[in-house]
Amino acid sequence: MTWKPAAAFGRLRQRARLLADIRAFFAGRGVLEVETPYLSMAGATDPAIQSLSVPLGGGRRWLHSSPEFPMKRLLAAGSGDIYQIARVFRGEEAGRHHNPEFTLLEWYRVGFDHHALMAEVEALIRQVAGDRLAAGAQVLTYREAMLRHAGVDPFQASEMELSRRARSLGLDVQGSLDRDGWLDLLMSTVVCQAFQADSLTLIHDYPASQAALARVRPGEPPLAERFEVYWGAMELANGFHELGDAAEQRRRFEADQDRRARQGLSPMPLDERLLKALEAGLPGCAGVALGVDRLLMCLGGVDDIRDVLAFDWERA
Amino acid sequence: MATYSTNEFKSGLKILMDGDPCTIVENEFVKPGKGQAFSRVKIRNLKTGRVLDKTFKSGESVEAADVMDTEMQYLYNDGEFWHFMVPDNFEQYAAGETAVADAMKWLKEQDTCVVTLWNNSPLSVAPPNFVELTITQCDPGIRGDTATGGTKPATLETGAVVKVPLFVNEGDVIRVDTRSGEYVSRA
Repeated sequence: MTWKPAAAFGRLRQRARLLADIRAFFAGRGVLEVETPYLSMAGATDPAIQSLSVPLGGGRRWLHSSPEFPMKRLLAAGSGDIYQIARVFRGEEAGRHHNPEFTLLEWYRVGFDHHALMAEVEALIRQVAGDRLAAGAQVLTYREAMLRHAGVDPFQASEMELSRRARSLGLDVQGSLDRDGWLDLLMSTVVCQAFQADSLTLIHDYPASQAALARVRPGEPPLAERFEVYWGAMELANGFHELGDAAEQRRRFEADQDRRARQGLSPMPLDERLLKALEAGLPGCAGVALGVDRLLMCLGGVDDIRDVLAFDWERA
Repeated sequence: MATYSTNEFKSGLKILMDGDPCTIVENEFVKPGKGQAFSRVKIRNLKTGRVLDKTFKSGESVEAADVMDTEMQYLYNDGEFWHFMVPDNFEQYAAGETAVADAMKWLKEQDTCVVTLWNNSPLSVAPPNFVELTITQCDPGIRGDTATGGTKPATLETGAVVKVPLFVNEGDVIRVDTRSGEYVSRA
């Protein structure tokens, strides 16, 4: 057992500088810093996210896995552009690139769509990275990225073809996956590894089944107005042209609850306050969440999240 | 039957894979911000020594292998089996040629080895990192050559052949690193 910090002081100074740089970036653009509760009555319904809870006298509260819902309530109430730097919590996520408690930068821009916000994410990262990042970002649709780097069309390939392709790429999978499971596996192991090192890659227009909280643009196939930002192979940020339709949001929550039930997970208390806020009207906006610890890893050229945390999960 | 969930995976964990005992060499947690989590592991098959890559969907579980490393004293070889004893309780185990494998050329009676048991029978044998063995055969060294760093082959009492410096002679006891098979010093 050790009482000493995981990260070197140089990295902790770099963290402090990064936080100051982020605040300066948003101050310069007139985006307001806000804070919202860490402990909420409602939790995340996404079955892929394990919310942690705290037992209290009158029941329990959930530690937020992202500040998304209360920030959208602020937007619906007329806050205008806002950002937040928060510690968030996701159970069972621990590894070289994950710590169950980590720092998320989340921001919302009124009147932006996902393309406008992608440009701003790139501008922010460039400002803090300076010459550590190659000039020019690669912008690909999800379909282009999958075709180019995994050799599959994510909208055409059958589950069987995806599993065969994964196997031929050396992925020997134990357990059964659904279609999105295969796509997630290919994206997070094969495709992102092909992205250019020290360079940004932005992926947009996801399958509607992976919309999460993004708007879905009708068409053939319908596309989720969602994007991700990678530095080399490292996933840094995920953003949406935000869904503002309360009825559709409730359907997605309920679909999540059904998936939870099928996976043997207990249902989560829905955020009825968010649904009420959406009914009142969310201004058209785009929002994004960026992993600050991972950005620090990229800035420092390290490949273990413990190198940028004062005290990681095992030392907490 | 004991099982491990992927969130218990860590290097050194012993699991059953396709009926064979394996040890986890490396475990990497992979998860997109939105979407399915995976554990990508490198596992070593303890019977064949082969290293394989496997990907587990998070939350899957896998059977534990009843594998235990136990320190034992090497007793003797009866021509077919190598016999070992647990010093604490005098329990004896007989290991066949596949289990003893490369360790056989370093085994000297009374030395302490690590015997890996699977379902209570020997699966593999690891010799001590350093052994002291007598040279039973080697050519005489040439005088004055001690500083040149030249080497010559020497056969040890266990049958192993190692390279030794020219000044070492038949009948000398030498210390050998069994992991590299290299001469360390005269004992």
